[in-house]
Amino acid sequence: MAVVTNFRPPLINFVVPMVALLVAIVGFFVGLTHLNGIIGLLIGAAIGGAVAYIIGNYIPVKWQGVLATAIAFGIGGYMLAGTIGLFTAGLFGAFVGHTVYWLSSGQYRRNVPIYSTSGQVLWHNTFRLGVCGFIFFFLIAPIIIIIPLSFNAQDFFTFTKEMLALDPKGYSLKHYADFLTNSSWTEAVKNSFIIAPIATLLATTFGTLAAIGLSQSHVPFRRSIMAMLISPMIVPLIVSATGMYFFYSDVGKFFTDTVGLSLGFVGYAKVILAHAALGTPFVIITVTATLVGFDKSLTRAAANMGANPVTTFFRIQMPLIIPGVVSGALFAFITSFDEVVVVLFLGSAAQKTLPWQMFTGLREQISPTILAAATLMVAISIVLLTVLEMLRRRSERLRGLTPA
Amino acid sequence: MNFKSLLMSTAAASVMLGASSIAATSGSHEMAPCDNCANEMTIVSWGGAYSASQKAAYDDPYAAATGVKIINDESSAEAVAKIRAMNEAGNVTWDVVDVVAADALRLCDEGLAEEIDGATELAAAPDGTSADDDFGALRVNECFVPQIVYSTTFGYRTDKVGDTPPTTVCDVFDTTKYPGKRALQKRPIDNMEWALYCDGVAKDKIYEVLGTDEGVAQAFAKLDTIKGDVVWWSAGAETPQLLADGEVVMGSTFNGRLFSAIVEQKQPIAMLWDMQSFDLDGWIIPKGLSPERLARAKHYVKFATDTQRLADQSKYISYGPARKSSAPLVGKHETLGIDMGPHMPTDPANSSNVHLYDYGWWADNRDDLDAKFQAWLAK
Repeated sequence: MAVVTNFRPPLINFVVPMVALLVAIVGFFVGLTHLNGIIGLLIGAAIGGAVAYIIGNYIPVKWQGVLATAIAFGIGGYMLAGTIGLFTAGLFGAFVGHTVYWLSSGQYRRNVPIYSTSGQVLWHNTFRLGVCGFIFFFLIAPIIIIIPLSFNAQDFFTFTKEMLALDPKGYSLKHYADFLTNSSWTEAVKNSFIIAPIATLLATTFGTLAAIGLSQSHVPFRRSIMAMLISPMIVPLIVSATGMYFFYSDVGKFFTDTVGLSLGFVGYAKVILAHAALGTPFVIITVTATLVGFDKSLTRAAANMGANPVTTFFRIQMPLIIPGVVSGALFAFITSFDEVVVVLFLGSAAQKTLPWQMFTGLREQISPTILAAATLMVAISIVLLTVLEMLRRRSERLRGLTPA
Repeated sequence: MNFKSLLMSTAAASVMLGASSIAATSGSHEMAPCDNCANEMTIVSWGGAYSASQKAAYDDPYAAATGVKIINDESSAEAVAKIRAMNEAGNVTWDVVDVVAADALRLCDEGLAEEIDGATELAAAPDGTSADDDFGALRVNECFVPQIVYSTTFGYRTDKVGDTPPTTVCDVFDTTKYPGKRALQKRPIDNMEWALYCDGVAKDKIYEVLGTDEGVAQAFAKLDTIKGDVVWWSAGAETPQLLADGEVVMGSTFNGRLFSAIVEQKQPIAMLWDMQSFDLDGWIIPKGLSPERLARAKHYVKFATDTQRLADQSKYISYGPARKSSAPLVGKHETLGIDMGPHMPTDPANSSNVHLYDYGWWADNRDDLDAKFQAWLAK
């Protein structure tokens, strides 16, 4: 890519109108909420143009310009909307200041070939910042919005006046305290962490074995068996749940009344087995996919060296298909961890899982404790994925590969 | 109907004696031991603040006295369907279930609930009055042991109604005086009655009129006038949330939910008690329990519905105890220390004009009107 370092676009004809346009759009929305959209638009255009002109002519050092714009916007925001205005307008000011330098130094052309037309450069930047930015916003915003709400001092899903003014009184950790101390929630967390890992272990074991068996060319009725094993993924969940409910009621009664096992043990076993059945298809599919690239002659070579099938499986086949097994296991875990329909049918209250508790919590009491739980789960997922990625990079480094 | 007179006398007694502090005297020493009883039980209720009040007033003292492990389920909303399914599958996992009176009627009629003998299996009042006399007409059948009287009534945003707050339920239908959205429960019960009442039908003629096709059309015509301004709710927590958000100016919900939003959460909301609709909530024991579990369930229900325990519950939530003998024991809120009497739906100041929801009539007409109501909603 050509890096344009010497190119300086004209200040009056380019930078000033672009920044004026940017601030005018935001000004329009601020105007809409305060007074009048058109007036906001005009004021925004004037402010944007002025800022670009002043920076472009008098403030060559970037950090000074950014800081000055941020402070100026922040003061304006504070007068309009108080503390929250100070922060948002200050951030926006910093962004505007940055944009002025980004435009006037010609950096906006940095990633496009030198021969691109203005239209191509415009599209490149609109796509990169506008379209991609909106897609990210669309995906992330609903998850981000719950995080501040989970610190609400009140028992409602509402941004209170105190919260908007960033008053510490509007925030509280009480929903986290409730999540960590309320027995309904702690029991639900415990149950989820009993049921999901065991169901995952079962689903992964059976799914991997089934995939390996079904990849052998001599197995009869391979396609029909495959279809049958995949069916829990295709049949609507509510249908499987109803069927499982009546099936496991009879089986469960036999084990409690005739065999004499305890009610609690049978209750967990029912939910775990049902979740394992739901998770198995995911493992079968991912493992079958990795087996396609597996060289059969390796197992024959191992047998030739005197290894029995079990040794061959663990020493030769398993290390090569492990990515498929792990991703299948992850899917199985998430299936069980997120599942609410089957557990509502099969489980009794003693097997109440986290999604069940969230479901009843939302229906009976719209309590921000659900948001606290969700925030913690988001945080745990981020940590978990980060750790997995770091481990993957580490193992690649150890094997002498550069991380992809 | 002597239901109303009973409620009124309950309320009167509660006010006469006010916040007398006889509360929390009688302990668990009177409880008979439970022989051959299961040592674990599942109690099903509605969740939220209501379950919390039951846990504090009944479950914790019971568990402390007997050492029983109590598991709480919050599935009362689908109690009838689930009990039917459990019965069919021969796998009843619930021991005691909290239901509204109408559900208790259905479950008892279908033979899905145990009959409980008021003379031997429920506690008598401290003065020796039998449990059946103490509950009076609130004990709607042999399966149902009533617990509380609650009401479905309106709350409104005090900051959005100007200087003239609404005083009658008909203000809900007045969109010129009180512009904005209203929250109503997504079911015909109460809404149809309120519509007819505000369309000029005398209170004692409501069910007579609603029994005719013209009456149903009249009720829908009245509801049509506000249909565009209604947010329909199905869970009791929704209206307090909508009011707190300012999404609606007024909305119906259970009075205990409004109490908690107003008094505990300090929201700018006030109660509109006019034409509040009384209903009952209580325990049933599902059929199909093993003898040990049945004995445990009956032992629990006897404990949890005695005079003192019912009065204790009102320390945590503003629902009126169903026993006449509990009324004088109603005291102050456990943590806030305010008198609970004036927040009870049965308080005379709140119950000068009440709507007595006729569950017998609704049991006969529910399916028909539900279908018509859904069709009207979809129009």
